[in-house]
Formats: sequence, C-alpha cells, structure tokens
Amino acid sequence: MGHSSAHGENYLNHEKGLWSWLTTVDHKRIGLMYMITVLFFFFVGGVMALLLRAELFAPNAVAGVGQVLKSGDIYNQVLTYHGAIMVFMVIIPGIPAILGNFFLPIHIGAKDVAFPKVNLASWYCFMFGASLAIGTFFASKIDTGWTFYTPYSIRTGTSTVMMVLGAFVMGMSSVLTGLNFIVTVHKLRAPGMTMHRMPLFVWALYSTAILQMLATPVLAITLLLLAAEKIFGVGIFDPKLGGDPVLFQHFFWFYSHPAVYIMILPAMGVVSELITTFSRKVIFGYTAIAYSSLGIAAVSFFVWGHHMFVSGQSSFAGILFSFITMLVGVPTAIKMFNWVATLYKGSIRFDAPMLYALGFMFLFAIGGVTGIMLAVLPIDVHFHDTYFVVAHFHYVMVGGTLMALMGGLYYWFPKMFGRMCSDAWARMSFVFIFIGFNVTFFPQFILGAMGMPRRYFDYIPAYETLNKVSTVGSWLIMAGFLISLYTLVRGLRSGEKAPMNPWGSKTLEWQTSSPPPHFNFDVEPIVTAGPYEYR
Amino acid sequence: MSTDSTAHGKTPTAHVSHHFRDANQEYESGKQGIWLFMVTEILMFGAILVGYSIFHAIYPEMFAEGAKSLDWKMGFINTLVLIFSSFTMAISISFVQKNQTKKAAIAMGTTILCGAIFMCIKYFEYTHKFHLGLYPGRYLDAAKVGAEHANLGMYFGFYYCMTGLHGLHVLIGMGLITWLLIRTIRGDFHSQYWIPVEGVGIFWHIVDLIWIFLFPLLYLVG
Amino acid sequence: MMWYNLAKAQSFMPTDGTEIAKQVDNLYGFLLITSFIACVLVIGGMIYFVHKYKRKSDNDKTAYISHNTTLEFLWSFIPLVIFLIVFAWGWYIYQDMRTMPKNAIEISVLGKQWAWEIEYKNGYKAVNEVVVPIGKDVKLLLAAQDVIHSFYVPSFRIKQDAVPGRYTALWFNANKLGEFHIFCTEYCGTSHSGMIGLLKVVTQEEFNSFMEKGQEEGQLPLVKRGEKLFALKACASCHSVDSPAVKVGPSLYKKFGSDEILEDGSKVAVDENYIRESILQPNAKIVKGYPRGIMPTFQGQINENELGALVEYVKSLSGK
Repeated sequence: MGHSSAHGENYLNHEKGLWSWLTTVDHKRIGLMYMITVLFFFFVGGVMALLLRAELFAPNAVAGVGQVLKSGDIYNQVLTYHGAIMVFMVIIPGIPAILGNFFLPIHIGAKDVAFPKVNLASWYCFMFGASLAIGTFFASKIDTGWTFYTPYSIRTGTSTVMMVLGAFVMGMSSVLTGLNFIVTVHKLRAPGMTMHRMPLFVWALYSTAILQMLATPVLAITLLLLAAEKIFGVGIFDPKLGGDPVLFQHFFWFYSHPAVYIMILPAMGVVSELITTFSRKVIFGYTAIAYSSLGIAAVSFFVWGHHMFVSGQSSFAGILFSFITMLVGVPTAIKMFNWVATLYKGSIRFDAPMLYALGFMFLFAIGGVTGIMLAVLPIDVHFHDTYFVVAHFHYVMVGGTLMALMGGLYYWFPKMFGRMCSDAWARMSFVFIFIGFNVTFFPQFILGAMGMPRRYFDYIPAYETLNKVSTVGSWLIMAGFLISLYTLVRGLRSGEKAPMNPWGSKTLEWQTSSPPPHFNFDVEPIVTAGPYEYR
Repeated sequence: MSTDSTAHGKTPTAHVSHHFRDANQEYESGKQGIWLFMVTEILMFGAILVGYSIFHAIYPEMFAEGAKSLDWKMGFINTLVLIFSSFTMAISISFVQKNQTKKAAIAMGTTILCGAIFMCIKYFEYTHKFHLGLYPGRYLDAAKVGAEHANLGMYFGFYYCMTGLHGLHVLIGMGLITWLLIRTIRGDFHSQYWIPVEGVGIFWHIVDLIWIFLFPLLYLVG
Repeated sequence: MMWYNLAKAQSFMPTDGTEIAKQVDNLYGFLLITSFIACVLVIGGMIYFVHKYKRKSDNDKTAYISHNTTLEFLWSFIPLVIFLIVFAWGWYIYQDMRTMPKNAIEISVLGKQWAWEIEYKNGYKAVNEVVVPIGKDVKLLLAAQDVIHSFYVPSFRIKQDAVPGRYTALWFNANKLGEFHIFCTEYCGTSHSGMIGLLKVVTQEEFNSFMEKGQEEGQLPLVKRGEKLFALKACASCHSVDSPAVKVGPSLYKKFGSDEILEDGSKVAVDENYIRESILQPNAKIVKGYPRGIMPTFQGQINENELGALVEYVKSLSGK
C-alpha cells in the first residue's frame, strides 16, 4: 500500500513498516487497521452464514442434500458465531470505526481525534476482545446465540465466560471510540465550523457516540454478572437459585436495542453524504435529519421492552413499549422522506456509491415498514422469534448498514488510497448483492408469516421451497462480495491515480489531497459555509 | 485556566499536543473526556445498583441477614479513609497549580497510602468472610454459616461483585496516582499543565462517591 | 373491499383457527396495504426522481431547496397518526389476547428440553399433544423445567414464553376442527427445532371420551402404566426394549435378572433395586463401555407409584 501520491508525502508513506502501523496514533491509519480486521471478521461471519443457509437448503429428512452440518449442536454453534461475529465485530464497529475514524476529524477540519492514544488503545481493546471471542472456537464452542439468554447460557458450555468477557472488552473499545468522537466534535472543530455546518455523517456519528457511551456500560455490567453467575452461581439470573431470567433480558436489551441504532445511524449518515454528492444538491431538511438522529438516539433508550412482548413481562409494559416504539418510527420516516426530497430537481449520477445509497433506501424502506409491523403488539405475538424477525433485521442491518458501508467504501476509496476503483466492477458487485439480498431475505418474511421459528436446524416440509430460494440467494450475495473484494484489491493495486475531488463533492475531505497528508490539511481550513452548498 | 504563575521565579511552558490549537483547547478536551468517561462508570455501577434494588425488594429478609453479617465499623472506617483521600487528592491539584511540587507529591503519596489502607481493610474483611464460609453464590456453605435463607449466596454475589469491582477501581486509581507521583517529582506538571492530575483526581472522586453509595446499601440498609 | 381481501389472501398467514386470529389477520392486512402504499410512495418517488433528474451535463445547475416546513410537518404528522392508529388497534386486540377468560378449561404445559409435557386437570398426561374441544375457552398454564421455551401455535397467532421459576399463561377458543402445529420459538439447545407438538381440536363428544380414556388410564395394570410412562419420559430414545440393539444407553431387552459388568470390572445383578437406583441416580453405577453423565436423573420427577410401574415394565421385558 505504500505508494506515493502526486503530492509526495501522505499519511500512507509518512512512516514505513509494520511497527509504524501498530504504534500509529494517526486516526486515518487506525481507521485502515479497523478496516482490515473488520473485513476479515466479515469474511468469517459470512462463511458461517453460508453454512447455515446450506444446511437449511432442505429438511434433514431429504436424502443426500438434507444435512450439511452434522448435528443440531454444530448448527447452533455456527449460528451463535455468525450472530456474535456479525454484531459485535462487524456491524457495530463497521462504519464508526472504519469510516468514522478516518473521516470524522477531516470532516470537521481537525488534525486528529481528541485523544489519539485512546483511539489506538480502542483498536487494541477491540482486537483483544475479538481474540477472546474467537478463541472460544478453539476451547469449547459456545452455542448460546449472540443474545446469551439465561438460564440457557448458564447451563451450557464452559467457554461462555470467555466469550462474554470478549464482548465486554469489545464494549470498552466501543465506549472509548464514542467518547473520543464526542469530545472531538465538541472541541476540535476548525474555525467557522459550527455544529450546524457539520456534515450529516458527523451528526450521525455524534448521535451514535452518545448511544455507545450511555448504553454500553449497562451491557458491560450485565455480561460481568453473567460471568459471575456462571463461575459462582450467584443466582441473579438463575431461577433455580431464586433469580430472574427475564431481568437478564431487560438488562441485555437495554443495551442491545440502542445498539441497533448504533448500527444504523452511521449508515444513515453515509447515505446523506452520498445522496447530496451524487445529486449535486443541497440536502433537504438538514436540521430535521440532524436532530432526528439525536431524537432516535434519545427515544431508543426507552423501547427495549419490544423485544420481550411474549417473555412474560406485564401487559402494561408491553403496551407502553409498543407505544414508544411507534414514536421512534417517526424520525426514521422523516429521514427517508428527506432523502427522496433531496433527489427532486437534482442532477443525479449513477456511480457505484450512489447505487448503493439508492439500494439502501429501497431495502431500508422495507425494513422500516416491517419494523412498524413488529411493533404492533398482536402482530408481534405472531411474528416474534420467527423468520419474519430474521428477515426484518437483516433488511435493516445488512440491507441498511452493510449497503451503506459498501457505498461509503467505494465513495471514499479514492480519498483513502489515492486510487480509483473500476466503477463498472463496483456496479456489478452492487447488482449481485442487491438482487441476492432480496432473493435471500424476502422469502424469509413469508416463511415468518407462515410461522417458521428462527434458530431452527430443521423444519417441516411446508417451508422447503422458500428455504431453497433463500439459500440460492445467499450464493448470489457471496458472488457479489467476492466481486467487491476483487474490485477493491484491483483498485488498490492498479487503479488510476485519484484526483483531489473525483465526485465533485463539497465537504472538507475533498478539499485536501488524495490520500490526505499526515495532518490532514496543509493549512488549517477556515469554514465559511455549510457542507452542501451546491449552488 | 489560571494565568502565568511566577511563584518560583520561572515560567514553565505548557505542553500542547500536535493536534490541538492551544493549551486551553487541550485542557478543555481532556476535562470533557474524563467527565464523559465518568458518566460511563456511573452508569455501569448504576446498573448493578438497579439489580441490587430489584432483588432487595424481592428478598428483603435475605438481604437483611446478609447485611447483618457485615461489620459496619470496618465499612465506616473505610468510608472515612476514602473521604480523606479525596481531600488529599484535591489539594494535590491545587498545589500543582501553584507550582508547589513537593507539597503536591506529599499529598499524592498520602492519597496512595489511604488507598492502600482501604484495600488492607477490605482484605481483612474478605478473608474474615472466607474464614466464616461466606463465599458468593453456590460456594456459600449454608450449613456452616447457619444461613436462614437458602439463597444467601446471592447477597454475597452482589457484595463481592460490587465491592470487588469497586476495589479494582481503587487499585487502578492507586496505579494512576503512582504514575502521577512519578511525573510530578520529575517536574512534568506545573501551573501551565496539570490535566492528567485533574483527570485522575476526578476519577478518584468518582470512585470515592461510588463507595459512599455502596457502603450504606450493603452495610447499613437491612 | 376486494383489494382488502386480496391483501389478506396474499399475506401467507397460516389458516386461522380462532376468532382472535381473524382479528390479527385483519390488522395485518391493513398494515400490509399501508406499508405497500408507503413503499410505493417512497421507492416509487425515488425511482421517478432518479430517472427524471438524471445528470445531463457536467455543469448542471440544481435547485437550492433547503427545506419546506409544511411538507416536513405533513410527513411527520401523517406517519405519526397512522402509527398511533395501528398502535391503538393493536392494543385493542392485545387486551383480548391477554385477558384470561373465566371458567376456561385449564391445561398445564411444561416445557423441557426437548418436549412439551401436557397435564390435564384429571391427572391424565401426554407428550407433545394437546387435545381441546371446539368452541370452548381453553387456558394453558405454562411452566418450564430447565431453560426458557416458548409455546407457539401459528394458526392461532398465539405465543408465550415458558419461563423456569414462574407461571405464564395464554388462552384461545378454537373454532376450526383439525390438527395444528405447536412450535418452540425460544432457542433451547440441541433439539430446539425438534420440539414440535400437535394441537388437536376435536368435538365436545370426542373430547369427553378422550378425557374418560385418560381417567381409565389410572386404573390400568401396573405394567401398562409403566409402558406408557416409559414412552412419556422418552426413555425409548436411548434404551431399546425389543432387541439387544444398543442406542445411547444399554438395551433393556431381557435385561432383568441378568448380570451387568460395571466400568470398574465388578458385577452387579439387575434386580428391582438396581433399576430403581439407575433411574434415580443414573451415575451411581455405570455399565462398562458407556459414557458417564449422559442420562439425566429422575429424582423428584416421578413418584413412588410411577417408579413401581417403570420397574414392573422393565421386568416384563424379560418375559417374567
């Protein structure tokens, strides 16, 4: 990667050698280190997903193709690792840690994040936690599902403690990153860069950071108590000892519901950037989008109970949580409408990043309306823990977050590496991923409506056809990501030199060279206007 | 931020990291960062307190039995020790700001000593309980202890988790203050640069504050 | 209202077996239609704009529209109203779902890894099969023995977690005869997906005779009761009874009265007490060549009568 740009020195060749990377405090280099590790974990989690889909290609009774994984236990382990890896090591750190680390300081005209050493420590925390979590694979494999529900997680396997501690340490990494971003946004903005001149990506990261900081500590203590439960049998979550397993669910979702906004808000930020740039038009309703991020962040702390409508919590709690969940739907809808309105009378180009952004809007619309369905009490009673839920959150997490991450990677690739990717190949990857995604997950809505529960190793024959379709779709997605990998590597090795501002964007990162110099800007920028002044 | 001090006849210069515009910006950022981190600490202990309150409401008698087996005198002494250490920590910051390095170092040393006393008392409390068989969870020997409630282990689960986590923070705090002490003696901190001292100081106060919550909840509320 | 029925027909929900299921489907139909309209508006608008405002030249000028308060108010307010309507509608149905009827037939359901144990009021027990009369309120009292399970009947649109250490409940009033699937929807380990049961809705007469048959079972000979219990506790999944073939544990065929060689090489006679011990403390004596710790203990789960019945049944396998 150590090639030189047109300007000579940049952050990539400022220092050389592996050691200079492992000890770097440059936010851009840390962003790249996250990129490499997150993409690796994405590969591992993706292989797990393909295994799951392959197993579900046919019911086990069908000779020959029925059984791919040897037993229900192995299937359960694979689904646990798929979930845990994708949630804790891919989707949560994905956009904030890769694109956020790289572009947040540049977007506000700063030289670095507020605490560069903490930023590096955060990466090491992430690596250490991830190693613990993956390490369980070589100890005794865990099969709790990524939710670690008690009392199952108390009774099964010995290495759950290791996994839980891994998640704890990764949580610490998330807290430190969030803290860093908040202070950076508050204190390090360039002269003239008021809060209301910040790009919406920064607003999204800012809201995310608040969530990371306020929600993660609760998960941390919950996981510690779970570990204590496992080691000492203290009985807090174990009904046999007078504890309450539903309390664990309350604690867990108090973190994990905000966590889904930790996953989706940055994606919304990326999409806001892509839509304006490729429509060459000011964003519609800047304030509404910025504050709806904060609104979502605030309300998301009070909706955790909608994961527990059938868990035995009181009817009153169910009604209350359903109501608040409806409220969180509004700011989300606002964002969708704003993006569509931004396209109106724009000048729209269809480069690969824009295709990913439009794909995001398509899939997120479906993920959004099905989310509203799931918030309606009696509907959720039917759909809870069925494939409808699986389809819904894949539409939001993969169709939303991952599409935005891919779009963001293609968009900022020229800036990050100073080279262009082949747009034709990138568009092809989009076509495969987009079609494959719908083929995989749309049938799962129908399966869920028909009543197929999730986390099933085997199913009744009535569900066979749709499962087959879904599995075929997963191969298309795989093809799409392999094409993406090829495109990125090819761009890295032999892409043509990128100009300073290939897309004609107005935000600050495009006003510095590609790739940026060590301190981001040769001269500290002085900001005089908003981020989307396309006049 | 205070203006230049010339108490010792020299004007130490502030150290500013490359990515900050000036010392003031660095100071403000550092202070905000440490406060935000404290918020996460409070939330973490807050969540375990919620768990504690819920089970206290479900098993009030069991919790009363547990609280009875703690020695409130030891807890009280520890409370005094920590409050005093918070005081010495606070004055060490003001000594640094006045360039009185030697006094600052003594105050920090006292703070570390108080932390050590706290941990010693904690150690005696723990070993005493182990001796009685008051282990957490399933390791609590209900027969040996003569427990009236079969799940007394849960109380001690909370007790060891809360005080253990707090004790860990005290140890980390002592480590950090030792680091401060070394740097103070080396002359790194002065009237123009004291962010780390203040940061660790805030951390130490919060750790103290958490104990002030834990002590009545565990030792006194019955 | 043809479009409305069309939406319902395309909703892929399983046959509805209760009145509440119909109401749920109505609400779901409404949601499907509004969602479809919303998606057409948003996605359609997106596609239309994208097509219409394609970039023509490199120096296109675009309109500078930063916001429009009326529009923004409308598209916040209208979704909010719709959301509140579906919330209230949902609340209304949910109340019906969660308000337990009085004078319902009560049936206890115990979820355990990996079966549903059903017990009727008259003491009759069954596994993975609930039989209920048509047109009667039925209340299921759910409990769990080991981990959380969830009792789900797709055709009735009902679901409730069975949580260890507490009781939960659900009710229904079936209005269609037939057999319906029961699934476990809370992940519970190895055979989570195998925890499938049947809910049979029968006529009142059939139900009455079914209950009587259950009543009679109490008066069955000891051996027959043992045989039933053997099936009920799923012993047969590990111990074969009609041949010496080894499944997971030793075969019980003609075992009684013979000698077993244990892992330490010692011999033990298979008599009534040995069988009793093996049921209550399975790990006390392990037969050579079999792993330790596989068989769960049944201490506290079966009473003395049932134990006697089981011992009698094992004896009968030797033709004695």
